Order: sequence, then C-alpha cells, then structure tokens
Amino acid sequence: MKLNTRRGRYTETVFQFLCLLAIALPLVLLVLLLADVISDTHGRLTWDFLTSYPSRKAERAGILPGLVGSIYLISLTAAMALPIGIGAAVYLEEYDKRGKLAALIELNISNLAGVPSIIYGLLGLELFVRIIGLGSSLLAGACTMTLLVLPIMIMSSREALKTIPQSFREGAYALGATRWQTVRQVVLPLALPGILTGAILSISRAIGEAAPLLVVGALAYITFLPSGLDSPFTVLPIQIFNWVSRPNQSFLENAAAGIVVLMAAMLLLNSFAIILRNRLHKRRYW
Amino acid sequence: MEKAKTPLRERIIEGGLLCCGAVSVITTAAILVILLIETAGFFKEVSLMDFFADTQWTPLFSEKHFGIWPLLSGTLLTSAIAIAVALPMGLLAAIYLSEFAAEGVRKTLKPILEVLAGVPTIVYGYFALVYVTPILQKIIPNLSGFNALSPGLIMGIMIIPMVSSLSEDALHAIPATLKEGAFALGADKLGTLFRVTIPSALSGIMASAILAASRAIGETMIVAIAAGQQPRFTFDPRVPIETMTAYIVQISLGDTPTGSIAYKTIFVVGASLFIMTFSMNILSRKLVRRYRRGGS
Repeated sequence: MKLNTRRGRYTETVFQFLCLLAIALPLVLLVLLLADVISDTHGRLTWDFLTSYPSRKAERAGILPGLVGSIYLISLTAAMALPIGIGAAVYLEEYDKRGKLAALIELNISNLAGVPSIIYGLLGLELFVRIIGLGSSLLAGACTMTLLVLPIMIMSSREALKTIPQSFREGAYALGATRWQTVRQVVLPLALPGILTGAILSISRAIGEAAPLLVVGALAYITFLPSGLDSPFTVLPIQIFNWVSRPNQSFLENAAAGIVVLMAAMLLLNSFAIILRNRLHKRRYW
Repeated sequence: MEKAKTPLRERIIEGGLLCCGAVSVITTAAILVILLIETAGFFKEVSLMDFFADTQWTPLFSEKHFGIWPLLSGTLLTSAIAIAVALPMGLLAAIYLSEFAAEGVRKTLKPILEVLAGVPTIVYGYFALVYVTPILQKIIPNLSGFNALSPGLIMGIMIIPMVSSLSEDALHAIPATLKEGAFALGADKLGTLFRVTIPSALSGIMASAILAASRAIGETMIVAIAAGQQPRFTFDPRVPIETMTAYIVQISLGDTPTGSIAYKTIFVVGASLFIMTFSMNILSRKLVRRYRRGGS
C-alpha cells in the first residue's frame, strides 16, 4: 500500500479516529437513550409505583408483582444453579481434567451457551410444565432459568478454580489429604469469592430475560403475589413488555419507569459483584 | 485436617459431582428429543412440500398455510441489518483496541464496551419502538410503525461487543514477526493492517461475524416489540414482518391448547431456529480453531 509518508500518517490519524468513533458512538447512543427513558417516566417512578399492582388505569398501575416475582425467581434460580454449577466446575477442573467424559461435558456446555434463550423456553414448556407437570408455575420458570444460566455459571466457576495455584493442592496432598478434602478445605474456600462474582454476573443477566419465561407461561397481567412454588407469576421484563405492547401512550410511561427499576436492579447486582472482586484481589494469599 | 475417610465416601462425592456435570449433557439431549418429537408430530399433519414450498404462514387462520419462508425471510432480514451495523463497527472497535489503544486504555474500554451486550433486550426493544422508529420515519417517510429496519439497527448495536471481542482475539493472535516483516519492507501502519494483519486474521473475523449472526437470529424481545407480527415473505425493511422468535412469543401469549397444530408449530419453528444457530456456532468454532492453529 502506501509507504511511510506524511500523507500516510495523516490517513492513519483519520482512520484511528474512525476506529475510536466506532467504540464511542454506540456508547454515547446508549447513554442518550437511557437518559431519554428516565425523562420519559414523567414522575411516574414513585414509591406507589413500586408497591402497587398493575391496573387498567395507567396512572394507578404499579410493578409490585413483577418486582417480587423477579426476586423470587432469581433466588430460586440461584439456589439451584449455584450448587449444580459449582459441582460441575469442580468435577471438570479438579477430578477429570483430561477424561473422555469431561470432554463430552465440555462440548455440551459450549454448545448450550450458544442456544438461543427462547429454545430453553420451549424445553421448559414441554419438560417442566407438561411432562413433569409443574404447570406454568414459579418453580417451572426457575428450573428453566437454571438450565439457561448453568453453562455461563460453569464456565465462570472454572475460571475461578483455575486461578488457585497447583502448589496449594500439592501441599494438601502431601499432608495426606484426599481429593475431596483438598477441594473442600483448600481449593473451594479460596476460589469462592471468584465463583460468587461470576455467579452474580450471570444471575444479573437472567433478571433481564423475558423470552423463555413468556414461553413457559409466565403471566403478563397479574394482580397478586406468588404464594408458593406452584403459584403463577410474572417478572419485571414481562411486565414491561406488557406495557410496551399497549398502544396507549400513558402505558409507555409505565414501561419507562419499569425499565429504570430493572436497570437499577441490574446495576445494584453488578456493583456488588465488582466490590466482591476488588475485595478478593486485596485478600489474595499468593 | 481430619483423618482420611474410606475411599467409598470419595467415590460417592465424585459420582455426585459427575451428576452435576451430566446435567448439561441431559439438557442437550432433552432439547434434541423434544424438538424432534414435536417436529415429527407436525410433519404427520403437514407435508414437507407445504412447509418448504408455500410462501404463506397462517397457522391461526381458518385457511391454514404452513410455509416457513415468511418467518425465515423476516429473521434473515433483521439479522442481515444487524450484521451490517455490527460487523464494520465491531471490526473498527477491535482494530482500535488491538492496534492503537495503549494497554491501560484497552483494559478500561473493553469492559465498558461489554455493557452494550449486558443491557436487557426488552430495554433495546423499547428503544427501537419508541425512539428509533419515529426518528427513522422522519428520514424515510413511508416507514411503518413496525418494521425490520429499526430493530435490526438496534440489534446491531447490541452485538457489537461480540464481534469486537472475537475479532480482537484474532487480530491479537497474528505473530508480531509477520507485521515486522511488512514494516521492514517499508509498509506504513495502515498498509500493514490492511495487507497483512487483517487478511491473516480473516478466519477469526469471519468466526466473529457468524457467531454474531447466530445471536441475532435467536434474539427475541427486540423483534417481538418493534418488528411486528405479520409474517410476510419480503425483504423490504420498511414494512411490518414477523421473525421466527417473535412468532413463538406471539403463540405463547395466546391460549394454545397442548397438542394442537398451533402448539406444534412453535416447536417446528424452534427446531428450525436451533438447526440454524447450532450449525453457525459449530462453523464459527471451527474457524476459530483454524486461526489458533495457524497463528501459533
């Protein structure tokens, strides 16, 4: 192409600016759009909004069932996905690093990570709602979400386990510890903050998911709180979807207020994860 | 440390951990079996010819047509628009991060860029419907309120980080000796970039584009909100269409009795979606493996 001339250097500067623009432009756009959302709430975002049930009148409608449903669903999902995810990661990292079985599991995990979330909804609809017979309940939704977040959770837990130096394990073995004792008393306690950071990040993704839960049959309009595992439910993003799909302008204000609540919840979880990670870095033993 | 227990306990624990890992294998198997059974049930009632040769998709009307093309064209259209945005932007971002940015800048910019992929899709859907479509309507007068263009553009922004992060890995994997050779021959930075680095990283860049396309094809809420619910065999980005994912959402919102033909259609559409995204993911991984082998 061009030799190293002055004109060449000028084009280079222009090109470099173009590259930077490709990063800056979408980010600026995102910030502008989010600012627009906040101004679009038109003061709808009050304490009453958080503590009221949906209503046919937009001004009276609130987001309580969605908020409570999201909290229940995410807690249940975490309670199921964390032990299974950590167990699978420990198996792959500590027990069977190069085995055929581990290779099969790994292949499946990386394939599952690329499956669209709505397919998990179809799986949940047929398996949990119909065959196991849970119905369109909170538990069926949480089981579906568990399968959805597991691949990411296993991958991030493995990364956390990889950071523990091999010499720690060898030290434990030298003292006569069995494999499980080494994992239980040496590796896991050290890796736990890292595992939890990854887990919180993947769970915060799950808060924003609507598609699989719509397929499983979460309700769009609900005027009560879930009473148990077998109760019908809704979540924040589905409530927002319901408001967005109405032609009425004042319901869009509710949707904007709902989005602010959703983004705030995600921000809260993410900053929690970052604080956890920073504290972990300070406390490293190696 | 407590006294070593019998190996039996160790073996039980190992078995338990293996079961945790096996969940992923079972999940894959369950997805395959369920899609296969429901799809087989669908094709007992609808012939393959009707599915692939008909250009109308009207399973909910009294006069039923089951041609996949309208949903497929809607999906391909929105995804193509998304890739047209994400590939150039993501590639430029990757070039900046790997070739121009100082290490410190790179380390701060990368996670910030990832934020784009972390915003819930329902929020992007709202952006597309409430802000982007009205702005586009001022530029394109006969753009309808639901269209493929606006959600496609927004989806493109969402998948920029996916393109940039994989492309950056690919650019990064090019050995410095190759670039130094070009510099030694008198090429400037841009010449080296376009004649040496990018061509060498091409398989990795293609892998990132394919993975991003697969993500766009499977994306649901943005198109369900802003693209419409009218299956239409067209490649006109100005009119309402329906994607495969949006169709599944539309049926899920209604009261569809289990076992009915409408119920089976969502699994057929799901199976088509699965086949498309799955083969694209495999292809993308193969390309990545190729540059990893060639680059080292």
